[in-house]
Amino acid sequence: MKSAVIIFPGSNCDRDMDVALKKFGFKNEMVWHDDEQLPKSDLIVLPGGFSYGDYLRCGSIAGKSKIIKSVIDFAKKGGLVLGICNGFQILTETGLLPGVLQQNKNIEFICKNVFVKVNNKNNKYFNSIDKDVLELHIAHNEGNYFCSGDELKMLEDNNLIAVSYCNEKGEVNENSNPNGALQNIAGIFNKEKNILGMMPHPERMIDKFLSGEDGSIFFKNLLNNLK
Amino acid sequence: MKIKVIVTLKNGVLDPQGKAIQQTLNGMGFSSVNGVRQGKFFEVDVNEKDEAKAKIKVEDMCKKLLANLVIENFEIL
Repeated sequence: MKSAVIIFPGSNCDRDMDVALKKFGFKNEMVWHDDEQLPKSDLIVLPGGFSYGDYLRCGSIAGKSKIIKSVIDFAKKGGLVLGICNGFQILTETGLLPGVLQQNKNIEFICKNVFVKVNNKNNKYFNSIDKDVLELHIAHNEGNYFCSGDELKMLEDNNLIAVSYCNEKGEVNENSNPNGALQNIAGIFNKEKNILGMMPHPERMIDKFLSGEDGSIFFKNLLNNLK
Repeated sequence: MKIKVIVTLKNGVLDPQGKAIQQTLNGMGFSSVNGVRQGKFFEVDVNEKDEAKAKIKVEDMCKKLLANLVIENFEIL
């Protein structure tokens, strides 16, 4: 399986993502934001970081970069596009996903492990994953998901809230909401579920000695689903 | 021609920075401050002599980049 990670000026999780994808068997290529063509890929990843220094709004400038046109075309043809953290912010700024990631409610940068509940397994990302609750890492200043009432209803009616912040037992409540996100939303799909944007970083949880292995479960499962 | 734009958060959208500024002002003794909303100001220099045409261009820029219409309103001054 082939993947490509887009690098923007200010991306800082691009290499971690490259390491994670290769560790579980993807043939990964790095693509510079100023390129116009994507290599032939089964998966495109928009990595975390601070593209363009978070100028104007997080992800807004990256959302207009040269390569993004090809990413949008790829996504609209049904290609898998995964946006992590800043990648999620970029996906909302391009309009591929609804809503926006606002500043965290407590105005603090949050860097810690969290638990997320997998709400929908009927898609390439989570199909047949053997866990309902994953321990992943978040590191963000703008992770507070917000959208209009109509958009929220659309997400709920179509079961598009991919992952929600929860506690270790999988209970989704106010205490398990790190950043004020609407309905504890940590990640969402588009209607066709080929696009996934989420704040938590699976690529940071791929080593049992350094962090944890729930990211490994995510990547292994994704690869299996693409075979 | 320079066109000025103000971008503000829509009513009802949480503004944690505005809230923190309000609390600080209250703490400094400005007890009459009931609320603060923080926004952005842009001065766009457009190569255009006709003000109406320049403003139409800036409006398009606001819709496509300067404001995120999910949470923000813009006003061209």
